[in-house]
Amino acid sequence: MTGKEYRTITDVKGPLVFLNKTEPVAFGEIVTIRLADGSIKNGQVLDTSDDLVIVQVFEGTAKIDRTAGVTFMGDVFKLPVSKDLVGRILDGAGRPRDGGPDIVAEENADIIGAAINPYSRQSPHDFIQTGISAIDCCTTLVRGQKLPIFSASGLPHNDIALQIARQAKLKGSDEQFIVVFCAMGITAEEYNFFRSDLERTGALENAALFVNLADDPAVERIITPRLALTAAEYLAFEHDYHVLVIYTDMTNYCDALRQIGAAREEVPGRRGYPGYMYTDLAMLYERAGIVKGKKGSITQFPILTMPGDDITHPIPDLSGYITEGQIVISRELHQQGIYPPINVLPSLSRLMGSCIGAETTREDHKSVSDQMYAAYAQGRELRGLVAIVGEDALNERDKQLLDFSGVFEDRFLRQSRDEDRSIDETLDLCWELMSSIDTKYLVRLDQKWIEKYHPDNKA
Amino acid sequence: MSKEGVIYRISGPVVTATGMSAGMYDVVRVGNEGLMGEVIELHGEKAVIQVYEDTSGIRPGEPVINTGETLSVSLGPGLLTQIYDGIQRPLPTLEEVMGVFITRGVDADAFDLEKKWTFEAVIEKGAAVEGGQVIGHVQETETIVHKIMVPPTMNGVIKDIKSGDFNVTETVCTLEDGSEIQMMQKWPVRTPRPYRQKYAPDTPLITGMRILDFLFPLAKGGAAGIPGPFGSGKTVTQQSLAKYSDAQIVVYIGCGERGNEMTEVLDEFPHLIDPNTGKPLMNRTVMIANTSNMPVAAREASVYTGITIAEYFRDMGYDVALMADSTSRWAEAMREISSRLEEMPGEEGYPAYLSSRIAEFYERAGRVETKNGDDGSVTVIGAVSPPGGDISEPVSQGTLRIVKAFWGLDAGLARQRHFPAINWLNSYSLYPQSLNQWFRDNIAQDFPEIRTQISGLLQIEAELQEIVQLVGSDALPVDQQLTLEVARMIREFFLQQNGFHDVDAYCDIHLQYSMSKAILSFQEAAKNAMAAGAQLNDVVNVPARTALMRGRFEKGYIDTIDDMVKAMVDEIADTVEDN
Ligand SMILES: Nc1ncnc2c1ncn2[C@@H]1O[C@H](COP(=O)(O)OP(=O)(O)O)[C@@H](O)[C@H]1O
Ligand SMILES: [Mg+2]
Repeated sequence: MTGKEYRTITDVKGPLVFLNKTEPVAFGEIVTIRLADGSIKNGQVLDTSDDLVIVQVFEGTAKIDRTAGVTFMGDVFKLPVSKDLVGRILDGAGRPRDGGPDIVAEENADIIGAAINPYSRQSPHDFIQTGISAIDCCTTLVRGQKLPIFSASGLPHNDIALQIARQAKLKGSDEQFIVVFCAMGITAEEYNFFRSDLERTGALENAALFVNLADDPAVERIITPRLALTAAEYLAFEHDYHVLVIYTDMTNYCDALRQIGAAREEVPGRRGYPGYMYTDLAMLYERAGIVKGKKGSITQFPILTMPGDDITHPIPDLSGYITEGQIVISRELHQQGIYPPINVLPSLSRLMGSCIGAETTREDHKSVSDQMYAAYAQGRELRGLVAIVGEDALNERDKQLLDFSGVFEDRFLRQSRDEDRSIDETLDLCWELMSSIDTKYLVRLDQKWIEKYHPDNKA
Repeated sequence: MSKEGVIYRISGPVVTATGMSAGMYDVVRVGNEGLMGEVIELHGEKAVIQVYEDTSGIRPGEPVINTGETLSVSLGPGLLTQIYDGIQRPLPTLEEVMGVFITRGVDADAFDLEKKWTFEAVIEKGAAVEGGQVIGHVQETETIVHKIMVPPTMNGVIKDIKSGDFNVTETVCTLEDGSEIQMMQKWPVRTPRPYRQKYAPDTPLITGMRILDFLFPLAKGGAAGIPGPFGSGKTVTQQSLAKYSDAQIVVYIGCGERGNEMTEVLDEFPHLIDPNTGKPLMNRTVMIANTSNMPVAAREASVYTGITIAEYFRDMGYDVALMADSTSRWAEAMREISSRLEEMPGEEGYPAYLSSRIAEFYERAGRVETKNGDDGSVTVIGAVSPPGGDISEPVSQGTLRIVKAFWGLDAGLARQRHFPAINWLNSYSLYPQSLNQWFRDNIAQDFPEIRTQISGLLQIEAELQEIVQLVGSDALPVDQQLTLEVARMIREFFLQQNGFHDVDAYCDIHLQYSMSKAILSFQEAAKNAMAAGAQLNDVVNVPARTALMRGRFEKGYIDTIDDMVKAMVDEIADTVEDN
């Protein structure tokens, strides 16, 4: 069926091309479009019938006219996968971008990716130490988890993602992750930042990069993360690697979805995003995890920038409904000069409970984490009250909590970009900071841990 | 027109076929791979089909075959402990056939057709039977007797019935007119199963969650909605209900949510003990998992598959509880299909029939007299996931109009780690009226009055808090400061309940009552002591009160609580002398 070229384009609208009757074309089939000047564009079938075929064109429809020749390639989109993907840089459509040779396929994998049978999953439970105290103590990351970073423009989410990529390891193990990095519509500058950091630390050799930049075709972003995840699945489930997938920026991905929806004149959901965006995002995020009988794993770190810093915007909102928690970056903390500016209060790791404790992190972890969180939350709230009634109106307990919230930000949150704290160091630091509060106010700490770990009792 | 047609169009999960005779809701086989689908619209000679599997790679011109059946579930021994996808394919079987990833074009029987079950006839030859009547028993799991019923549409006189070991497709009973009854029967999912009559609910579904049982109780046969933004506790609440509520059968539907959450249930339930029977929870549970990344059409079907199974067990005279997490994902599946059909959208792109579908679903809850003359019930608890947590949206509103218990989860409470994060100020239940008698007869005569006192204190606290925000609590008169302390005790000691704590996650209803009385005893003792000159601070800080409050984390609290209350009251009285 491949080979026959049709010149039956009737309409071109946004990123879509409409064609009249052709041979029977498969739903999801890959398409090439040859323009008058000989240049080629690629696309995929979105709707097919005896009379009409709708194609979404990845590179945009500029210069396409009714004389353009359309060829159907006979198959759905597949990525040639091989172990050789590691160490390579590909573009947003999976072509080499590093001047290297084409990937010699060990297999051609369908990029849509089949759903993991829920019965075949294994619950993630291995603690990943990121070396960042706020994450390790309060929103602990688990191998096989999908934990997005909710950020906003101008905030240092990239630094945090890179620091995690550099430092992430299982406690007491040097086993490295393979990083699959997926750029969607980020600037060349941001990309260079990622790339040079990976290069500098030698991580590039253990990474596969899929790169669609701001000036690359917007619609191509629909497939870029699917390519990255297909590569990740292959490496994890065929070659036993532990893969860390970082993708940025999901907001650009969602905007590409919106663009296609609008061109199809679909009834939009909230804020113009398609009604099926939840399902579409789930088809990406749910490709994280661990499955029975396979040694590897996929951990996902999607990064998204919240338009207008609004966490109720559909992109963070739908993401939060699918992912297993979120790490929220705060502009306020950033402006106070604190790095990493992680606001632990709205942050959450839903899988944390399964990976902390005596056998994995430390016996006092849960207790410490609850107390740190509670004391900081109360201290932060008191800041509001103090602004109204003044500090003098506070009782002793409240004064201590208020002071603690400052120390929490200054010493617990703040760390340098190459500071890699072990979980023991993090928890010891928590005890040191909490000792500024009278023990009788530390009601969430178990007495037995106070006896064992409180600096007053240790010395 | 014939049984077989051809594909005319494919648009995502929606396929149009021509040249095929079809009726609404007929099950069809689509394309060369025979993917399962269901007719959802007829346009002249075109049939519009929603397909339960991924459609990529399918082409116009491929065949479509009408099976002539409507979308049905198989009902019989083997349902319990099973986990199905949205169209009742057992996930363990799919794993055997396909490996860990779900590919397509595979059929799987809902249960093992070979397995022999011991059927024990409970009715004799010559008896006249009607649809729904129980003719025999099968011990399906340790705790559950599966009652074999005459299919609802059949009746007659028994010509032959035999006890013994049979598989589900063997005939166990023949009627005079020649019709045969097997242990497995089918029922179309979109049609409610019949019963004799609906009763008004009068018995609570005891959940072991204090805020629910005590303040916002749900009746057996009732319906409740749990709306809340992400991370507020919908899933943990639903799972707690599945674990601890005193239903005899639980149907748990993971509808368009995370795969790992179903894995969690699968890992946990076989090891958890049902506090009501002392046996593994799995024995009473049927699970349906159509996660967010599985086909949306099957997600749409999953809630119907679940509720039909629930009705089937109800018809045996059981109290069934069904949890659907989340109904919003079901509604979104409807929206997705509807938009492919290019239907005229209603609010926020949802189809105009959204609210009637929601209502029809919840209407399948209820306490009934079964066709066998027993009392059975289906209680439905639906999670709702409003975008941005704003419940003014259509799914929340459609749900609120029909359910009588509303358990509103609150992002603010979750952020304070107050769990369950159910907002006691805006949640409600309309069931207490019909349940009060039960509480009086079975727990305590004054149960409803105590409830009123406790919720009254919470209301007063909310009003006082507004003042505190402006002037600080020290500016309030001491009696109001005491009220605040009592309310804080209600919140921290009574309403908060860690869903993961070995002991506190489930609280016996009698203990709930004792705990509520303990709070009122504190209030009373403190009031008296302070009238005699004691300081609020001393009263609040007596060690016995701390001990009382911590006691709920220890086993056997129900036996020690009364003594602990006495000790607290004594110590509070002593604070007077200290002055
Ligand atoms: N009853 C509870 N007890 C303890 N923790 C809870 C409880 N309810 C919720 N949580 C916490 O909140 C997190 C999110 O809850 P979850 O039920 O998954 O939210 P949702 O389904 O509304 O997104 C959980 O991972 C847990 O940490
Ligand atoms: Mg949930």
